[in-house]
Amino acid sequence: MTKSSYTKRTDGRKFDETRPIKAKVGIVPSADGSAMFETGGTRAIAVVRGPRTLHPQHMQNPEKGILRINYGMMPFSVWERIRPGPNRRSQEINKVIEWALAECVDLDAFPNSVVDVFIQIPQADAGTRVAGLNAAVMALAHAGVPMKEMASAIAVGKIDKTIVVDVDKEEEDYKEGEGSTDIPMCFLSRSGKLALLQLDGKISIPELREALKMAKEACKKINEIQIKALKESAGSEE
Amino acid sequence: MAEKEETSRKIVVPGETIVSGDEYLPGDSTRRDGNDIVACRFGLSDVTDRLVKIIPLSGVYYPRRGNSIIATVIDITFNGWLLDFGGAQNAFLPVAEVPRYINKDELRDQFDFGDVILAKVWGVKAKGIDLSVKMRGFGKLGGGMLIKINPNKVPRVIGKEGSMVNVIKEATGCDITVGQNGVVWIKGSNIDNEIKTKKIIEFICDNSFIHGLTEKVEEFIGGLK
Repeated sequence: MTKSSYTKRTDGRKFDETRPIKAKVGIVPSADGSAMFETGGTRAIAVVRGPRTLHPQHMQNPEKGILRINYGMMPFSVWERIRPGPNRRSQEINKVIEWALAECVDLDAFPNSVVDVFIQIPQADAGTRVAGLNAAVMALAHAGVPMKEMASAIAVGKIDKTIVVDVDKEEEDYKEGEGSTDIPMCFLSRSGKLALLQLDGKISIPELREALKMAKEACKKINEIQIKALKESAGSEE
Repeated sequence: MAEKEETSRKIVVPGETIVSGDEYLPGDSTRRDGNDIVACRFGLSDVTDRLVKIIPLSGVYYPRRGNSIIATVIDITFNGWLLDFGGAQNAFLPVAEVPRYINKDELRDQFDFGDVILAKVWGVKAKGIDLSVKMRGFGKLGGGMLIKINPNKVPRVIGKEGSMVNVIKEATGCDITVGQNGVVWIKGSNIDNEIKTKKIIEFICDNSFIHGLTEKVEEFIGGLK
């Protein structure tokens, strides 16, 4: 096996080290639940409204509740202006976040109703879907939505032949050797199940195994930060 | 406090183990997972004897049978009224649950669109909740002022056996009705008293976590005059 050309990370992190994480709960007082999650230059804001009645009525499901995700990057979130509003990319992200959240939210508890999750990215530096997912989980818990467990997400990347945790934009654009592969993953906090796994690019099975192992470790740390932020928000109330 | 942690209250997040052991029973918003009692929502866990439950700290109002709520008429059907109370579903008030006889075509004369009604929750079903206004003191609320507060702070505004509400009533002379869904109706002799009452209630909601809240509220009332 040839050596990887990516031997040192551009920002000096260790290969299994995430960017500095900040989390805060209750940032939007008018919402039922809200949270902010930040890793390095990526920041996500999530706002939850509901459970509330779903309109139009024909969309209601008498068996279980519905999650509606609304992900969007703000026009100024990256160097060049992004046209606001739904696009192909945001539709895909809405769907994968919905599937991931459906694993941890107890949908059977609110039939015929909908929980709206709004995710906005005011500042993007790769890994926005996982940051959005982390913020969404905190906001859902803060909104008192019935949940089976929590979830945490992280993007693991393969830069040339090196597996690294929490890829930033500079690494994502790495072109030498095999280039860069980005693998967003989401783990549930209690059962440890995998709720999200996306992969476009090439990776061998042993490499993927290692990536999964590293992601699981990182998710544990993220989960602790999420729980701490939630408990701090309630600390002032009791 | 540290050694009492197991039996006292603590903040829990979904998926967190509250207590372990076969002797415990899962109550509100908790479930059993093997040997553990696990939290199903974010809130304050409470272990009383063997029963484990969670007291919500945030989020929307979940109706319970027997609750009194304040709701607004949003639709009139052929046999009753559809009311919005700020929860996950809509509430239905059938004509049969109104204390006097009403002709099918005179529903609007009793409660019109936008009318605010104090009603009792009669039943909670998956599709919605049923209401009743048959008891004394229930029905349309006329005049006064409506304010919306966090439904989880309602017990604080009411106080132990209505002590807090009585403090406010004595101070301002206003009539206060607190719906369990977080809507408060204030009616006083003049608008100044109503605004004063509103300020006091907002003060309680902002400071609901301090100890000796009643004294603090009395102090606040003294400062308003």
